[in-house]
Amino acid sequence: MAHTAATPEIATPATPAIPIRDLGPWAVFFGLFAAVVVFFVSANQGGVSVPSGTAVHEWVHDARHLLGYPCH
Amino acid sequence: MTARNVLVRGLLVGLLAGLAAFLVAHEVGEPHVETAIALEEAASAADPAAEAADEPEEEVTEVSRPVQRTWGLLTGTVAIGVVLGGFVALLSAAAIGRLGRLTAVQTTGLVAAIGFVAYSLVPFLKYPATPPAVGSGDTIGSRTSDYFLLVLVSVVAALAAVQLARALADRFGGLRASMAGVAAYVVVAGVAAALLPTVNEVGAFPADTLWSFRVSSLLTLTTLWAVIGAGLVLSVDRLARAERAVAERRALAASL
Repeated sequence: MAHTAATPEIATPATPAIPIRDLGPWAVFFGLFAAVVVFFVSANQGGVSVPSGTAVHEWVHDARHLLGYPCH
Repeated sequence: MTARNVLVRGLLVGLLAGLAAFLVAHEVGEPHVETAIALEEAASAADPAAEAADEPEEEVTEVSRPVQRTWGLLTGTVAIGVVLGGFVALLSAAAIGRLGRLTAVQTTGLVAAIGFVAYSLVPFLKYPATPPAVGSGDTIGSRTSDYFLLVLVSVVAALAAVQLARALADRFGGLRASMAGVAAYVVVAGVAAALLPTVNEVGAFPADTLWSFRVSSLLTLTTLWAVIGAGLVLSVDRLARAERAVAERRALAASL
């Protein structure tokens, strides 16, 4: 680190890290939420069905194909 | 910079990315989906008995095609866009300040690039997107579990590779540590891809339509990740600038 500039404390400020404690709750909640969303868009009523039928599958059918998730 | 700050921007950028991916998918990808569905229907019309035995409920559609290729497609791309945007944001928030001397902006760009390779590109190389009419209903269970197993291995390997590079950086320097991390990821993802079963259900489907569909699918995914990466990098740049301005004002005030 070059602390040779005229104002050393602002020349090359170290990038501050966000404490893991502050990230934990967001990560847990968002991780669970994301898993549910990805399941409904990518896999529901394909290999596994909640609820049974094909309405959810058909609604996101084209996105499933074009985003590369297995379909049919 | 806080977890909340970065996550909010990630969700908004993900929404934009979902809209951009919808536009690309609708304009570039949908013509090939329609071609594939026309082929599927021509095949089932030519051989109704085989089709009925194969997929008895295929003809019972609850959502019409015009709705599927507009609102349905938009729902899917926006939902995945918001989720991936949020994920990239949270992973960036965790990585900023923890990857050697990389700045917040560089770290965010790296996280988005690794995310694209690990979540979308590498699984695509082993299990490329398939248009309607390709893929048997009988194997959807095993194809789904194989695909997500590869995604899981790829993403976990990428996270582990970053940790490996961090651990080696002190002793060997950032460059060599990063190369070791990349090499470790390539080996793990390569072995997983080689061990998982290969799917070939293309049959007599026309190769040019298949190729065009897969290119359009990859373009859709690339658009999604590119908008997330670019948008989040710009957002983090603004956040970092604002923080630097505050720090400079504090330093100035302290020096008076």
